[in-house]
Amino acid sequence: MAGKAQKLTKTIESRTDSLLEVREFVLKAARQFGFGEEESSKIVLAVDEACTNVIKHAYQYAPDRKIEIVIQPDIDRLQITVIDDGKAFNPSIAKLPDLKQHLSHYRRGGLGVYLMRTLMDKVEYKLAPGKRNEVRLTKYLSASETRAQT
Amino acid sequence: MADFRVHQRDGEGVSVIDLKGYLDAHTAPDLENAFQKLLNDKKFNIIVNCKDLTYISSAGLGVFMAFIEDVRKNLGDIKMSNMSPKVYNVFDLLGFPILYEIYKDEQEAVVRFRAQKKP
Repeated sequence: MAGKAQKLTKTIESRTDSLLEVREFVLKAARQFGFGEEESSKIVLAVDEACTNVIKHAYQYAPDRKIEIVIQPDIDRLQITVIDDGKAFNPSIAKLPDLKQHLSHYRRGGLGVYLMRTLMDKVEYKLAPGKRNEVRLTKYLSASETRAQT
Repeated sequence: MADFRVHQRDGEGVSVIDLKGYLDAHTAPDLENAFQKLLNDKKFNIIVNCKDLTYISSAGLGVFMAFIEDVRKNLGDIKMSNMSPKVYNVFDLLGFPILYEIYKDEQEAVVRFRAQKKP
């Protein structure tokens, strides 16, 4: 129930075969918090993209590093923070691509960042390369979801 | 653990890739291998049947982007079919319906390939 849920934490190794575990963890938390199936799926995908970026860019596929996922419920929102200690990856400074133009050049990079920004209400970065990088993803409950919880 | 499966079938002038399970950064290389094999075999008319595809992330979508140019240069195409609404939504968010033909049913994609072959 919103406002009463506890903070949840999971630490995974920086391997792509950990992504399924992350998705299951996030899906369960999102549903328990009160998000419907569609919104929960969006949150799950955004967190998958954030973790994939860490594996690919911050750790450059080194399989033995750690990624921490912290789920912090608040009254009207769910905040998920993905934490690593690898190289800084800051796509927030990049402009959101013109999708049509991007696709017409058959570019495959940047799609994950675009998805994260489209699927979530807020995406914030806090970077300390080699020490602690954070990407914080926030999703607000809709009015109907809030009503369903009270 | 078989969480993702790629299976290839060959019809008359068309190759079909059936996807099952989840397509993410972990399983995307399996699909890349399947596309690469088709290109090596000079099979450029490809239908990806997504009936049993339960999840896709940008890593999976990136595989389609990686091969579409080569396929079209060889006068072929990658068409998709039988997507669940959940999977279609992700394709749609990224504007993929502009680039790819997506059909409700595999047979519609086959018919389209045949129609395109006629002079």
